[in-house]
Amino acid sequence: MDMKVAKKKLGLKDKYKLMTRDLGWEPSYHSKDELYPYMNYEGIKIHDWDKWEDPFRLTMDAYWKYQAEKERKFYAIIDAHAQNNGHLNLTDARYLSALKIFLQAISPGEYAAHRGFARVGREFPGVGPQVACQMQAIDEIRHAQTQIHAMSNYNRYYNGFHAFADQRDRIWYTSVARSFFDDSMSAGPFEFMIAIGFSFEYVLTNLLFVPFMSGAAYNGDMATVTFGFSAQSDEARHMTLGLEVIKFILEQDPDNLPIVQNWIDKWFWRGFRVLGLVSTMMDYMLPKRVMSWREAWDIYGVENGGALFKDLARYGIKPPKGWDDAEKAIDHMSHQFMLGLYQWSFGTSFHSWIPSDADMDWLAGKYPDTFDKHYRPRWKHIKKLAAAGTPFKNYGLARLCQTCQLPSVFTEPDDPTLTCHRETVYKGEKYQFCSDGCQHIFENEPEKYIQAWLPMPQLFQDPIKGDLGEWMKWVSLLDGKDNGDYAGSEDQKNFEAWRGLATTNQ
Amino acid sequence: MSTVFIALQANEETRPIIEAIEIDNPQAIVHRQPAMVKIDAQGRLVIRRATIEEQLGRDFDLQEIHINLISLTGHVVEDDETLTLSWND
Amino acid sequence: MQIDLRTVAIQPQRQAFDHLVRRFGDKAASRYQEGSYDIQAAENLHYRPTWDPDHQLYDASLTRIVMADWYALKDPRQFYYSTYTLTRARQQETAEANFSFVESRGLADMLSDELRAVALNVLVPLRHAAWGANQNNTSVCGYGYGVIFTQPCMYHAMDNLGIAQYLSRLGLLLGDTEALDAGKKAWLDDVTWQPLRRYVEDCLACRDPFELFVAQNLALDGLLYPLVYERIVDEHLSVRGASAVAMLTQFMSDWFDETRKWVDAVIKVAAAESDANRAVLTEWIRQWSARAASAMVPVVELALGSAADEAVGEQLEAFKARVLKTGITL
Repeated sequence: MDMKVAKKKLGLKDKYKLMTRDLGWEPSYHSKDELYPYMNYEGIKIHDWDKWEDPFRLTMDAYWKYQAEKERKFYAIIDAHAQNNGHLNLTDARYLSALKIFLQAISPGEYAAHRGFARVGREFPGVGPQVACQMQAIDEIRHAQTQIHAMSNYNRYYNGFHAFADQRDRIWYTSVARSFFDDSMSAGPFEFMIAIGFSFEYVLTNLLFVPFMSGAAYNGDMATVTFGFSAQSDEARHMTLGLEVIKFILEQDPDNLPIVQNWIDKWFWRGFRVLGLVSTMMDYMLPKRVMSWREAWDIYGVENGGALFKDLARYGIKPPKGWDDAEKAIDHMSHQFMLGLYQWSFGTSFHSWIPSDADMDWLAGKYPDTFDKHYRPRWKHIKKLAAAGTPFKNYGLARLCQTCQLPSVFTEPDDPTLTCHRETVYKGEKYQFCSDGCQHIFENEPEKYIQAWLPMPQLFQDPIKGDLGEWMKWVSLLDGKDNGDYAGSEDQKNFEAWRGLATTNQ
Repeated sequence: MSTVFIALQANEETRPIIEAIEIDNPQAIVHRQPAMVKIDAQGRLVIRRATIEEQLGRDFDLQEIHINLISLTGHVVEDDETLTLSWND
Repeated sequence: MQIDLRTVAIQPQRQAFDHLVRRFGDKAASRYQEGSYDIQAAENLHYRPTWDPDHQLYDASLTRIVMADWYALKDPRQFYYSTYTLTRARQQETAEANFSFVESRGLADMLSDELRAVALNVLVPLRHAAWGANQNNTSVCGYGYGVIFTQPCMYHAMDNLGIAQYLSRLGLLLGDTEALDAGKKAWLDDVTWQPLRRYVEDCLACRDPFELFVAQNLALDGLLYPLVYERIVDEHLSVRGASAVAMLTQFMSDWFDETRKWVDAVIKVAAAESDANRAVLTEWIRQWSARAASAMVPVVELALGSAADEAVGEQLEAFKARVLKTGITL
């Protein structure tokens, strides 16, 4: 008897089902609540995990194969970059400030996302979302590592990179990014997914990576282009996961809508504040600019974000509450950030500078309604002080927002001449905020945000006791090397000297 | 109708993929930027394995696209033959 | 302007990042070191987890094991993402070649009904055990302390998933979707599989990351892999003419050989840290390995029949000898 039976031809979808969700089973020696204990406390109701639609269907063999190919390409390029002094191809070394901020603040966020996704990859009681989250978990450690590896060679030649691991936990401005990721990880699994998977990955990372990497390409930084685009190829999977998560939650139960809307409101604003620094990078830190922050926002914020929220309207989702305030801030924020960074540059492990006249003309062209009116006069004043040998420095302590941890450098949404400042008294203590958005976030969860570690009060505690030199030691900041104006810095002198060596015969 | 897009690294491997996308989506607009090609389309964009194979002259697994993918928007529907991006509006 | 940058000889300002210079001295760091040491936030964590307010976001006290420096638990393979992925990509190429060799030569159809049944009965339900292992390693990565310890657990978790998928493909190749259905039914209801399923579910309930590491990666896998892939597949089945099955599980055999060195290195360093650690590890290994051994007996019986008790007993002795090399006497 011929036992040979024609094998069923399985399509991608059916095959993937057998390779993932069919692996799971209903436990009987322990209750589901015991094995997956964090599923209920946020109030999200899931009735059927099998309704989950897998985003991209990569089995592990395909994952290893394609990821290995990406890795081979990536390391070939950064090896060549290191061997050939690729750093001297940069348009100008001041560009590196953007990378220093990235390594100190964003790469640690990649690591945090790795751990966060490992946790939700364990805690969801459905194989489909578990596997998708686990793949994101392993991708995120890839991103942290490829970024550190790409910037390692810059660290050998330039200041400001060397103490990123110390500064991640101690210096004031990295607290902005770390509090963001700590906030998401300390939330429940569903909120984490809306925070990172949806709001950050789907709504905002295009704004971070695509213009950032195009900027790197424009400015001769092949190492960063390579890690950026290589990471983005994973982000495309992550974004699809983020969108799938929100659809899944909303389709499961109508009671989930108000909870999810509240998270979208919160995390859009948190993300908008964290990524605000990208505006400064695009408008000020790239010697050769790709597009303005305003132009990037119009493409990746207004157009794509608009399409997304139009699509989600069928579930009753509205655009995030802070959307209009964000729109009003777009033409101001990069200038406000850069002015802040310049006046506090004694306390940053990267350089800032006064924009040249040509830079200011470019900014005036890109921001016709705001730059000449509000910001050129301030830069002119600062330039005068610098020329007179009395550069403008603000040794006063920045007042940090209790929620986003940024200094209060932003103006009222409808009055660019007035600094925005909000205050809430909770249990007899006064808390400061930079915006309505941040104040609302605090007021929804005050018990969480009163725990925030604020870097400024730390200045007055042991071992620093208000001594600036002690503080610099504590944050591993080398005064006169890592900080201050780019003009006259070691980075500038070295870069010019090395470039000279490459172009002359001396 | 909202715009969907896909962005790919600009290199030799993506050239036939981009050509195939242009063939299958005559309405799409291709933007060539440094190191990146971004393709916008109104409402819907479809990538077909068969068309890529014709351009490439060899077998192609649609998942190979991951190697050079930079970003995309819209709902993704993936099977052995096609990868479709769309918005429901 | 294109300039020839290679001709420029310039002095680096420094060799490595500060935290690596503090650990390893003033010299260039390896990519493993750069990608692994101290990249987990360590100070000034902002908020307590809302899901576990008694602990910090990263909290070494989640386990009973105490380390002065969790970064002492070095992975001898020095896997970071790139080296890990490249290694597995090469192995998956071999696995792919093996699967297509078996398929194209029709080797699966040449198996006797008896041997095919043994292979399916033993191996297919194990895809669920591998999925349990995946969740357990994901948990250790999520809640363990220090990148050196947690990073390889994420890789291990993805390997466990890969193994579950190779076992699924094996089931499809030898018995189509019916084999997967039957395997799942056995895993859920058949008395043979209940001790093992209970073991896996007990692991899922365990929230001490280091205990979970011991229960899953040392105690269970330390018995299951040699029993199933060496004794049953490589010896019992191959000798009887079913070497095609061994081709389909080569990944698992190679994988176990490689990963046990990492598991042993972690246990050895943790045990050497203190008598207290050694005592806790001894207690855990004793309890979990005794349970794992008895859970394996009915599974091994599926292939070896009445010789199962003896095979498991021998394997348990070999396991004790392995553990002894890490400084722990059972």
